[in-house]
Amino acid sequence: MQAHPARAAKFIALPQRAHWHDQSLWFVRAKRDKAARSLPEWESLREAAASIKAHTVAHLADYLEEFERNAKKLGAQVHWAADAAEHNAIVYRILAERGVKRVVKSKSMLTEECHLNPHLESQGIEVIDTDLGERIVQLAHEPPSHIVLPCIHKKKEEIGELFHEHLGTDRGASDPQYLTEAARGHLRDKFVRADAGLTGVNFAIAETGGFVVCTNEGNADLGVSLPPLHIACMGIEKLIPRAQDLGVFLRLLARSATGQPITTYSSHFHGPRPGCELHIVLVDNGRSRVLGQDDFRRSLNCIRCGACMNTCPVYRRSGGHSYNATVPGPIGSILEPARDPAKHASLPHACSLCGSCSDVCPVKINIHEQLLIWRRELVAQNLLPLSKRWGMQVTSYVFQRPWLYRTLGGLARTVLGILPRFLVYHRLNPWGRQRELPTPPKQSFRDLYKARHDQKS
Amino acid sequence: MTKSRDQILSAVRSAPVPDSPLPGRFSLGIRYDDLVRQFSDALAFVGGVAIQATDPESARAQLSDSPGFSRPGKTCSLIPEIAPSTFALDAVDDPHTLEDLWLAILPGEFAVAENGAVWVSGRRLRQRVVPFITQHLVLVVPRSELVNNLHEAYDRLEWGAAEFGVFISGPSKTADIEQSLVIGAHGARSLAVVLLGS
Repeated sequence: MQAHPARAAKFIALPQRAHWHDQSLWFVRAKRDKAARSLPEWESLREAAASIKAHTVAHLADYLEEFERNAKKLGAQVHWAADAAEHNAIVYRILAERGVKRVVKSKSMLTEECHLNPHLESQGIEVIDTDLGERIVQLAHEPPSHIVLPCIHKKKEEIGELFHEHLGTDRGASDPQYLTEAARGHLRDKFVRADAGLTGVNFAIAETGGFVVCTNEGNADLGVSLPPLHIACMGIEKLIPRAQDLGVFLRLLARSATGQPITTYSSHFHGPRPGCELHIVLVDNGRSRVLGQDDFRRSLNCIRCGACMNTCPVYRRSGGHSYNATVPGPIGSILEPARDPAKHASLPHACSLCGSCSDVCPVKINIHEQLLIWRRELVAQNLLPLSKRWGMQVTSYVFQRPWLYRTLGGLARTVLGILPRFLVYHRLNPWGRQRELPTPPKQSFRDLYKARHDQKS
Repeated sequence: MTKSRDQILSAVRSAPVPDSPLPGRFSLGIRYDDLVRQFSDALAFVGGVAIQATDPESARAQLSDSPGFSRPGKTCSLIPEIAPSTFALDAVDDPHTLEDLWLAILPGEFAVAENGAVWVSGRRLRQRVVPFITQHLVLVVPRSELVNNLHEAYDRLEWGAAEFGVFISGPSKTADIEQSLVIGAHGARSLAVVLLGS
């Protein structure tokens, strides 16, 4: 299991490509800014969204029961899964009982989190991701590298090659229009042949028992409007109290994600189609634990817009795959360690604490503050890598002894200037790998201060 | 499963979460002087076309050079004054038979100026797939039924019945390949919204 720095090193080994990735995401960030500025009430909307979420999580059990009651009244069947394994088992059982062989799925980070696809595939069920970006990474046998733009890391030439191999497009063709058209034809066939449609849930409404799914492509709607079975999987934090709250969240979601005023399709599902079935799977998988943690509770506000990724200087320059996590980027670096701190111990350090993520977050999660708290948490759990632990111990020892600090400082000022390069820039100085150390000043701050003080008096 | 339900609810209930009041209806939504103009601009921004027509004949004339009218094809129309259906939607039991649908002309209940969205209710659609599977889509909204923003939009909606409804803002699109915008991902390749009446 490689840590973030090792994976990021591979990404930046191709500087031009890393730069291209950085620019692509910054372009999306700029569109977000423009959309946000078009609304004078933007900051009030963020406040409202955060307040609605804070209220909802404080009464989550009541709202979950209200949602279940109302969803059942509309004819939906509601299932509860304590963890990923139970979620996968429930979905498989629903499909298997109805003899389903082919499933089309629209984007759902929850099913990624639960690794539903491999579970179903291992039991002989074909699962086709129908979001274009997700289909591309599925064909490439890769996980998505971004939660809204799953194949943002891929060049169109690579997608062209992938499509040539799998969809029979012309060799060397890389025009996005042409490739999208090919995917449209390929996926239409999958839609028409599917026995069941799976979707995620963007928002579930307690007072109505309905839920909303947002897409730009229309793939969720095509996927669930043809076959007789719709399964919707959602984390328990997706709940909102009232339908009117959608006004707040839908205005924030697409503007934050891509700079659009709203997604092309915002579909409101209330009960199954006549003669068809609708199943809703409510999944905990660690969320109730986070709910009890004052420091991290607000991470449950997340509406998965991806704005924190687009703005993050580390994400943009290291790529989504460097996080090796279902949800990458700043918010992923909080959510993933909450699930498995040992596996994701390097993520809270993949951050300069610049705070840009918190500034753009539409639901006002204090992302960078939580990342800092996570670092403390990792120290407490003894999950700091050896290099950092030793470095910290040495620094702590020196800082506690002013005489030693003075001596070492003086030594460094004289020696650094005359040491040959290979003694300063080497394996044990990762800081100096891409950077020059500053020229050592002749005087320390202490000397300078003393000199000024003497002059005055 | 009941076990997990109880387990989750009790875990959630026992988590110490400070209470926080639920805010009232959001009252600061943006308002526009010229709703038709704002709606048309917003719709153009998301790749659709707004058409103003005082009557169905005028709408038909203005639609004649839009992509859905460029050639005859299987048409599902709930507004026969603009163009007739080529089959009876109410007789369609299997939605798969709509795979070759070329054009759909459907009523929109109202339109939202801030984002170019139109609310399409499933109430009158025997097959909910129609607005998604069709190659080209025309939505017809009374010009008087324009609201400023989504908050006003949700004020108008009522819930309770097992019904489907969708905000549609522009034609189907994707930018998944190198952020290049491509219109016509899975759903409609074009969308025209007719604002009907004076």
